Amino acid sequence: MELRKNLAISDTGFVFDATSGESYSLNPIGLEILTYLKNGLKDEEIKEKMLEKYDVDETSFDLVYFDFIRTLQHFDLFERS
Amino acid sequence: MDKISLTIAVSGLNNTDNPGPGIPFIRAIRESGRFELKIIGLAYENLEPGIYMKDMTSRVYKMPYPSEGKKAFLERVKYINSKENIDILIPNLDAELHTVMISEKELDDMGIKTFLPTLKQFGERHKSELEKFGKKYGIKVPRSFPVSSMTDINRIPKDFDYPLMVKGKFYDAHIAYNKEQVLNHFNKISAQWGVPVIIQEFVKGTEVNVIALGDGLGNTIGAVPMRKQYITDKGKAWGGITIDDKNMIELTRNLISAVKWRGGMELELIKTINNEYYLIEINPRLPAWLYLAVGAGQNLPEAMVFMALGKNVEPYTTYDVGKMFVRYSYDMIVDLEDFQKISMNGEV
Repeated sequence: MELRKNLAISDTGFVFDATSGESYSLNPIGLEILTYLKNGLKDEEIKEKMLEKYDVDETSFDLVYFDFIRTLQHFDLFERS
Repeated sequence: MDKISLTIAVSGLNNTDNPGPGIPFIRAIRESGRFELKIIGLAYENLEPGIYMKDMTSRVYKMPYPSEGKKAFLERVKYINSKENIDILIPNLDAELHTVMISEKELDDMGIKTFLPTLKQFGERHKSELEKFGKKYGIKVPRSFPVSSMTDINRIPKDFDYPLMVKGKFYDAHIAYNKEQVLNHFNKISAQWGVPVIIQEFVKGTEVNVIALGDGLGNTIGAVPMRKQYITDKGKAWGGITIDDKNMIELTRNLISAVKWRGGMELELIKTINNEYYLIEINPRLPAWLYLAVGAGQNLPEAMVFMALGKNVEPYTTYDVGKMFVRYSYDMIVDLEDFQKISMNGEV
């Protein structure tokens, strides 16, 4: 899955979807994940980085991560295949 | 570059919670820097805020209501022109456009230019004709059914599912979830705006709008899409943001090219979850949020003035995405003398 190209992500976690005009606020973890996605990292690569950096077990991470991905899908922030 | 000296008469000074485009239009041409302007305000009500905004208009005249017809309109314009020597007239209210259009020749004889859609263009985009318009130009339009009487309401096709939109021919739109609500809205809207009242299928999605200007030859001089961010209880945008939606721009360009639209317009569209666009209304003039386009890099009022003067205008090809407008209310302190003048003399 590829994030939409005209998604503007600021360092503060403010995200602007230029197609719909919607904007969103992310916490630092959400911002980190979205930045990885924007840079084209795959789910497994993101998981690896996050598990290495934070004190979180794989099951808990998967649960929260895929919930976050579903939220991004819900808001139509991925390119449509 | 030398500035062009112009006297421009502008209506739609009602900067209220249901704002007209007059004041933002004046603001745009004043800020353009290309003109030496004398602005004449045309008002219908004594309390239109633009009457009292001294930095916007040089002088304001009351106008007869459009329902009084062409003769009354032309008599008043003739009087105002004898005092002010108007170069261009910019009508900004839907209800007055028809009268101005059918007076174009007489206005021209007085030396007054306009830049308006043709009567054919104006007629075929009427809400009651929109379905035919959609079919003719290949644009998705929700089905609609004009009603002029209580009896007509019983004739609404059975396959029109609730909720339905009930719309006035010029202004006003309400959602109805059952026949009783259709009746209520019909009574209110027809009392204020007359008939027909239009029953339109409800399309679920996000409301998005495009402001655009056509040169009458099929070219789009400018177009900026916007999503309303804050909508008042009258359905008016109180905040909005420019968006990067190429489909909306393409739809606008195709429409202007097919119709050879002349003048300003606002397309009201619903974007569905499946990324389909339904045209729900075409307003035959620049909208009240026109200053957002100016802020985003397209001074469409300036372009319109040049085209009214018969000059060639280079089309705008870009605009800033993510520019926002946020409206605000502001209390002006007004001398009773001004109110008295406009009330008693019809000019101030």
